[in-house]
Amino acid sequence: MENNNDQLPLWEVFIQKGGSPFKHEGSIHASDKNMALQNARDIYTRRGEGRLIWVVPSNAIASTSVEDEAEFFDPSDDKIYRHPTFYKMPEGAKNI
Amino acid sequence: MTEEEKLIRFNSLIEQDEKIEPKDWMPEAYRKTVLRQMTQHAHSEVIGMQPEGNWVLRAPTLRAKKILLAKIQDEGGHGLYLYSAAETLGMDRSTMIQQLHEGKAKYSHIFNYPTLNWADIGAIGWLVDGAAIVNQVSLQRTSYGPYARAMVRICKEESFHQRQGYEIMAHMMEGTKAQREMAQDAMNRWWWPSLMMFGPSDKDSWHTQESMHWKIKRSSNDDLRQKFIDKTVDQAYVIGLTVPDKDLKFNEATSHWEIGAINWDEFWNVVKGNGLCNHKRISHHIQFHNLGKWVREAIMAYAEKNNQLQTSN
Repeated sequence: MENNNDQLPLWEVFIQKGGSPFKHEGSIHASDKNMALQNARDIYTRRGEGRLIWVVPSNAIASTSVEDEAEFFDPSDDKIYRHPTFYKMPEGAKNI
Repeated sequence: MTEEEKLIRFNSLIEQDEKIEPKDWMPEAYRKTVLRQMTQHAHSEVIGMQPEGNWVLRAPTLRAKKILLAKIQDEGGHGLYLYSAAETLGMDRSTMIQQLHEGKAKYSHIFNYPTLNWADIGAIGWLVDGAAIVNQVSLQRTSYGPYARAMVRICKEESFHQRQGYEIMAHMMEGTKAQREMAQDAMNRWWWPSLMMFGPSDKDSWHTQESMHWKIKRSSNDDLRQKFIDKTVDQAYVIGLTVPDKDLKFNEATSHWEIGAINWDEFWNVVKGNGLCNHKRISHHIQFHNLGKWVREAIMAYAEKNNQLQTSN
């Protein structure tokens, strides 16, 4: 049995459609960025799913970790003055 | 977080129908089950290209040939969505391919049956893809996020597959006596294996309970199978095909079609490697994977050379 350990590098694929932000769609394998763009097109846009593609080497992505979630995303709920309902509006004021 | 807190968080995500994402903590058995199911599903899509590829050069018209090529391209794409989803759990693609080649990873038993006449291509689209759609629609709600999202993509593309298959069958049933016989012959050979695609009966399925509990599977094998039977029996009737089951009867009380006994010995025999095409499918995959080796080496050498040129400039 031959060793299969010769897969091409992994790239993450982001696609933009219409006026929406780029959305992560999945990944592909490719040797360089041109091939990555072509493979992403062939795999993720066969039915007109987008007009622009970004490809990023998977190992170039920095990510937050689930373990640090609570600390990292502290919602500062004590700052209640950041919500519109904190403020008292004068009687009779409309459309505000 | 302690291990116990992690498990509580995981269970509550499942409970609330939230998705589990690649970086979330998950029980080892959950990871293993999802990974096994996704790789098996990916391999099935890719191996499934072979029985159809058998008819590309013999498709009866240019229209039929173009459709078949587009369908096979979709199946390859579906395999790649699923490999990509499976890789999020940390196993790399080469390991998956290696496991397929070594027989450690399975693919759907259905692709070990041969495609003997043109109507088989109709039967695959209508019955095999039809059964796959019932399963995949249900899996759009699976608890592992990347798997669910791959299923949404796949389902969007599958209905073309099923409709083109049914059109082939309908067309042949309007043809000569010989063509009608070919269509019925394909129906006779593919009906029962298609029903087996949903897996063993619930009472004999080891995996079902745990998978349902974790919402990896959202419906049981028997429920999905019944859904497929109810849809398909009527479709067969519309074009004049006979369902090859002398015990088939409609239950007025439940409004379901009831089938005769499934020959599970046949199913297990094919799963264990003794189907007509098991050996052919895998040896074909190994042969072409190895033939592509020099291409992978060449494009990597080219990419590295280009990188060096760029850094030295």
